[in-house]
Amino acid sequence: METVLGRYRNLIVLVGVLFVQVLGLAVQVKRTSDSDSSRLIRVWAVGAISPLEKALVWTQNSSGNLWHNYLYLRGVRAENRDLKQQVEQMRIEQVRLSQDADQARRLQALLAFKEQFISKTMAAQVIGSTGSEQSRGVYLDKGEKDGIKPDMAVITADGVVGKVLRVYRSSSLVLLISDQTSGVGAILEKSRLQGILRGMPSGEVGVERVMSDEDVPAGEMVLTSGGDRIFPKGLVIGKVTQVTKGGDFFLNIRVSPSANLSKLEEVLIVTKIDERQAQPEPTGPSRAADILAERLPTVPPKAPDAAAAKPSGTAPQAGSAADGKPAPPKPKATAAAGGAVAPASRKVISPTPSGGTVAPGAGSDAATAPPKVTKPPADSTPQTPPQDPPQ
Amino acid sequence: MALTYTSGEQVEVYRFGIPATIFIPLTAVFLQAWLPLRLPFFSIFDLPLLVTISFAIARRSQMAGIFTGALIGIFQDALTHQPIGLYGISKTVVGFGASSLGIKLDVENAGARLLLTLVFYVVHEVVYFTMHGLVGQHVQWSWAHELGSAVANAVLGVFLYALLDRLKQRT
Repeated sequence: METVLGRYRNLIVLVGVLFVQVLGLAVQVKRTSDSDSSRLIRVWAVGAISPLEKALVWTQNSSGNLWHNYLYLRGVRAENRDLKQQVEQMRIEQVRLSQDADQARRLQALLAFKEQFISKTMAAQVIGSTGSEQSRGVYLDKGEKDGIKPDMAVITADGVVGKVLRVYRSSSLVLLISDQTSGVGAILEKSRLQGILRGMPSGEVGVERVMSDEDVPAGEMVLTSGGDRIFPKGLVIGKVTQVTKGGDFFLNIRVSPSANLSKLEEVLIVTKIDERQAQPEPTGPSRAADILAERLPTVPPKAPDAAAAKPSGTAPQAGSAADGKPAPPKPKATAAAGGAVAPASRKVISPTPSGGTVAPGAGSDAATAPPKVTKPPADSTPQTPPQDPPQ
Repeated sequence: MALTYTSGEQVEVYRFGIPATIFIPLTAVFLQAWLPLRLPFFSIFDLPLLVTISFAIARRSQMAGIFTGALIGIFQDALTHQPIGLYGISKTVVGFGASSLGIKLDVENAGARLLLTLVFYVVHEVVYFTMHGLVGQHVQWSWAHELGSAVANAVLGVFLYALLDRLKQRT
């Protein structure tokens, strides 16, 4: 017996080690939550690796910042100019979008919709990865002590990255959307088809569960649907790159993620999502032209005594006083169809294309000043029936 | 390619010092976790596997191969989101197999090491994917991808083994 044991000692040890590990696997799989059974080993392993990764990332960032922020400033002036132009374009775009958003809010309020929005985020640095093709995840330098919890969404400015899977004391593991075990509720932007976004073995992502008789064009944007209760609705996931008929009843939709998942450096962890019923803006609807008109130069406000001498119904004061005092309350408009305020004084008030009014030369102090543009007060807006919903 | 069959007495047996035994696997797992962030293509490599094979063929001890493979694998598992044991079991098998071959064959030249790594990479992946299936996590197998990765790992392994040879000591 001893001879047999001695002869096959190595083989017996091999079987024993494999058996123990298989047993450990079975225990982990059987438990619905794997947070406890293997927690200690994971904490040790992450605790051994994370400090090294943090130190390396810190060194790399410090040297990079020194180079990029103080030494290598070539092209910064041109870039600054381009960015300023971009900001101007985005301001104009913002005017249009705010109008659309307000209209959407009104419609949502009519339908008693509840909207989700990201109210708090935390920036985090990516310090490491899982190092496996079958487990696509990254480690962040924020953990339990920073208030991070499992199932928090992780995003970048470009799009969705993944969700927090495990939280350690000063680091956390994020499961990327390209992992095969991940699943994100997705919706196609134009066709409004819903599906589940999953990772593929190649590292790409695809939308599943879209019926094969649907028409999905390449290039369509894929957004979060909010159905998974992790990602708020409407976040950009990526763009459809390829659509093929699958073997079953569903389409194979390949998606190119908007966020560069292979080169992540900084991300945002969504630490708080609020849900509230949509409410229209209290100021009432405003047109793009009105908002643009507010940006035009204005004349300094008149002296209080001059304003008091005028009867009600004159052009309302907009903006703040030139001396720094707040502007007096706007007088109530008396007329108002079309938004133009009917003047009761002798001043010439001409309507603007925006529906506001222009009062040139309102006083002696304004003789050389540019014309004043006023916006009709909110309560002067005619009560019109709700418009048709947007297409 | 000199892949010679030798008796146990003919082959050289080496050992690694305690610092090397601890820090080489740690460094391998650390680099495996850190480098793919900067070099995304690096995820096709499996540095801990190469270290397991290197240790196993140098020591030529099945017992050492089993435990080296198991510990490195479990350490690697702990960094993933998967159940612990998938890499552990795969690398235990590879550690045992490589050390068994190391006893029988003299694998000191680059060609033999290339072939050895190629074969053991495939063995590792087969065991790994099988265990994945057993725990109910379906992952897709791609022969083209696995063979490509095997070749890449084998080539890297040749250089890595040459580097690690400098740290091993003759017993």
